[in-house]
Amino acid sequence: MKRFARLFAALDATTRTSEKTAALAAYFREAPEEDRLWTIALLSGRRPKRAVTATELAQWAADAAGLPYWLFEETYPVVGDLAETIALILPPPVQTETRSLSDHLTTLLRLTGHPADERRAAIVSAWAGMEQDERFLFNKLITGGFRMGVSQGLMTRALAQATGLPETELAHRLMGDWTPARTSYAALILSNEGTGSGAQPYPFALASPLEADAPTLGPPADWFAEWKWDGIRGQLVRRRGAFALWSRGEDLITDRFPEFAPLADFLPEGTVIDGEVLAWGAGNPLPFAALQTRIGRKNVPRKVLAEAPARLLAYDLLEADGNDLRAAPFAQRRSRLEAIVAALPPDIPLGLSPEVPFTDWSALAETRLGAREAVAEGLMLKRRTSPYFTGRKRGDWWKWKLDPFTVDAVMLYAQAGHGRRASLFTDFTFAVRDGDHLVPFAKAYSGLTDDEFAEITRWVRQNTLERFGPVRRVTPELVFELAFEGIQASSRHKSGIALRFPRMLRWRRDKPVAEIDTLDGLKALLASVSDRGQPSNTGA
Amino acid sequence: MAQQPLLTFTDRGICCPEGGFYIDPWRPVGRALITHGHSDHARPGHGAYLATDAAAPVIRHRLGPIRLETIGFGETRQIGGVTVSFHPAGHVPGSAQIRIERGGEVWVVSGDYKTEPDGLSEPFEPVLCHTFISECTFGLPVFRWAPQPEVMARINRWWAANAAEGRMSILGAYALGKAQRLMAGLDPGIGPLLTHGAVEETTAILRAQGYPLPATTRVTAGIDAKSHPGALVIAPPGAEATPWANRFGGYASAFVSGWMQIRGIRRRRGASTGFVLSDHADWPGLNTAIRETGATRVYVTHGYTQIFRRWLADQGYDAGIVATEYEGEGIEAPADPLVEAAAE
Repeated sequence: MKRFARLFAALDATTRTSEKTAALAAYFREAPEEDRLWTIALLSGRRPKRAVTATELAQWAADAAGLPYWLFEETYPVVGDLAETIALILPPPVQTETRSLSDHLTTLLRLTGHPADERRAAIVSAWAGMEQDERFLFNKLITGGFRMGVSQGLMTRALAQATGLPETELAHRLMGDWTPARTSYAALILSNEGTGSGAQPYPFALASPLEADAPTLGPPADWFAEWKWDGIRGQLVRRRGAFALWSRGEDLITDRFPEFAPLADFLPEGTVIDGEVLAWGAGNPLPFAALQTRIGRKNVPRKVLAEAPARLLAYDLLEADGNDLRAAPFAQRRSRLEAIVAALPPDIPLGLSPEVPFTDWSALAETRLGAREAVAEGLMLKRRTSPYFTGRKRGDWWKWKLDPFTVDAVMLYAQAGHGRRASLFTDFTFAVRDGDHLVPFAKAYSGLTDDEFAEITRWVRQNTLERFGPVRRVTPELVFELAFEGIQASSRHKSGIALRFPRMLRWRRDKPVAEIDTLDGLKALLASVSDRGQPSNTGA
Repeated sequence: MAQQPLLTFTDRGICCPEGGFYIDPWRPVGRALITHGHSDHARPGHGAYLATDAAAPVIRHRLGPIRLETIGFGETRQIGGVTVSFHPAGHVPGSAQIRIERGGEVWVVSGDYKTEPDGLSEPFEPVLCHTFISECTFGLPVFRWAPQPEVMARINRWWAANAAEGRMSILGAYALGKAQRLMAGLDPGIGPLLTHGAVEETTAILRAQGYPLPATTRVTAGIDAKSHPGALVIAPPGAEATPWANRFGGYASAFVSGWMQIRGIRRRRGASTGFVLSDHADWPGLNTAIRETGATRVYVTHGYTQIFRRWLADQGYDAGIVATEYEGEGIEAPADPLVEAAAE
């Protein structure tokens, strides 16, 4: 654990990518292989199952420190991080131990499901043997949500430096549903035999937002346009007898979408398709809200299957006849994809994401304005010669989204943030007017600068009307322009509406509360959405 | 008629009606007793001032021509119907707690204090009293300071590593107290000690008073990374982010404050390092200090007042809160420690 704590300290001490990569590469050369494997797992989002709940951990820590639980609860929001709060309040270590990262994680895995007394004894004894920095990391491993300031790309680069293997090859090896318990460093990294299933996905290629004017991209003939669908990005793998659907987060979601099962029989051996999973009705995509009824369900009831049947719209072909096509130009991959889709039986829920043909940019800009009628978020632009690259690489793929809806609202409640935003008020609840009342309708916590958050924090402290634990009710005075991507009816919210992706666009210091938007205005927007399936691009 | 309390809490600050004075008032009053020279305690505009001999020179420097009487530590003085005396608070050189007595009843106002001796400030002395008014800037159990020698060793290592890489080191620290504590506690063998003008002015005053401070060089035109390689520059918080620091080229910077205990606050400062060293008492320090006064009634001010008051009530104290000027409910971790700490 000490070595891992030193690695963390080195990564934490710098914002320079080159220094982070070097620290990580050194660790990958020197640490025991089991620790390397666990570190790779953690940095690629593969956390051990939670052996302990956050509440248990907090209570055990307060007891170990001899503090009342209410004091722990009051202290936590100031620190803004549960693992850190615990590490800071525990008494100094009795004796320090030398258990490794993998020792601790193996212990945690073993503890899962055991009686509370047993888990408590193990955790408290682990704490007693660790310094503050080790405790912090140990707690982070338990509570999850652990960020080391290292992207998967950076980790892969460091691993490439340490092993001499090519980065793209390593990126592919690290995909899939392997866990440290079921493989070894040698099998996974050095020989790539550790994943077993044979249905490993490729790293997804990601588009960047188009900020420049479209015509600066060059001749329209160089570009392929399609709708930017609002579903779940997925990769369908049919390989060596295996059949799997992967989400972009590398979750295996095959069983959640049983309607794709027949594809296992109809897709040729050695085929990998990148596409978007959408809920589908009467020949058209349904809004994202419909697909939401499917997310998170491992077993899908027949009723839900009937109301929100899924369909995969195929974007790209990454592998055909067992050959990796990613280096081939997009146009070529797309025509092979068309041939494969054309050969499928008609009732199979897989179709092409249709091309949106265009010959000049201004016409395409017009088409884009119709995205909401097409139940899309905007357009995607792909260079016809582009390879299927790894991760986000600017230049070849652009997402050209519609402008969001906006609404002016007043802040009603404020809550302190976490981590870097500890003790800063950053999480706000907003209200619109409804006659003489203010009705809360949305929460948002992003879109402002650090300076603005600091200023608002001072304001909140001086304008608190009431406290509910970490939440403050404030004088309704600060007005913000919120942006959001969609609106739907909701029986779970007092306002009767729910917004998709609300965030703060700007702080409207110029606008008095009397001039904020009304609930009727939002309801009218909702009605216009419902009438036409999706709204036109007008503000709220 | 019942006798009124020895001290009352008003919108100008803590008042002693029978003595006709205020303690560290924030609005102009006739007579002010001042615990120490930080700008949120020693404010301009009062008719008459009383402070310790040791605190007086800095207060004079900061406030200009004021009517200032001085008093020695432990010396008693009769003011109106009460007896007052000043006792070391260990916060910064010259800082005091103020004891007020009337007919055997004793109240003590702590001002800002820390219990660990810093090698420079007159060390904190517990003063027995019935009612104690305590600051609680760091009144949460997550604030526990490592011993000063350990922190100094950490800063020395950071400085030496920067010097070895040919980089200057800039340390952000409050001009009164923290800056001098650092220069007196760090290893002068590593390299030259430079000071920002604001730090040097206060340092020169304290040096002239006889506080044991090492030689320092004020940063002026011509003093830079070339003339003083491997130097450590002590500057007010935030100075490293101004054009003033450009002369030092690719320097490393660090901020020294109790707030650096919290990773989130540390991370908001980007690439710069944070060292945890405070001139305020930590959680164990506050609890020990309060216990040692023998007081049964405690009022808390400046800091996590609501939480700390409840904790004291749990421990059996008759506990209350003194509201300060701006924060009726007590300040919390600063949104930006650089800006808010400048008023420490």
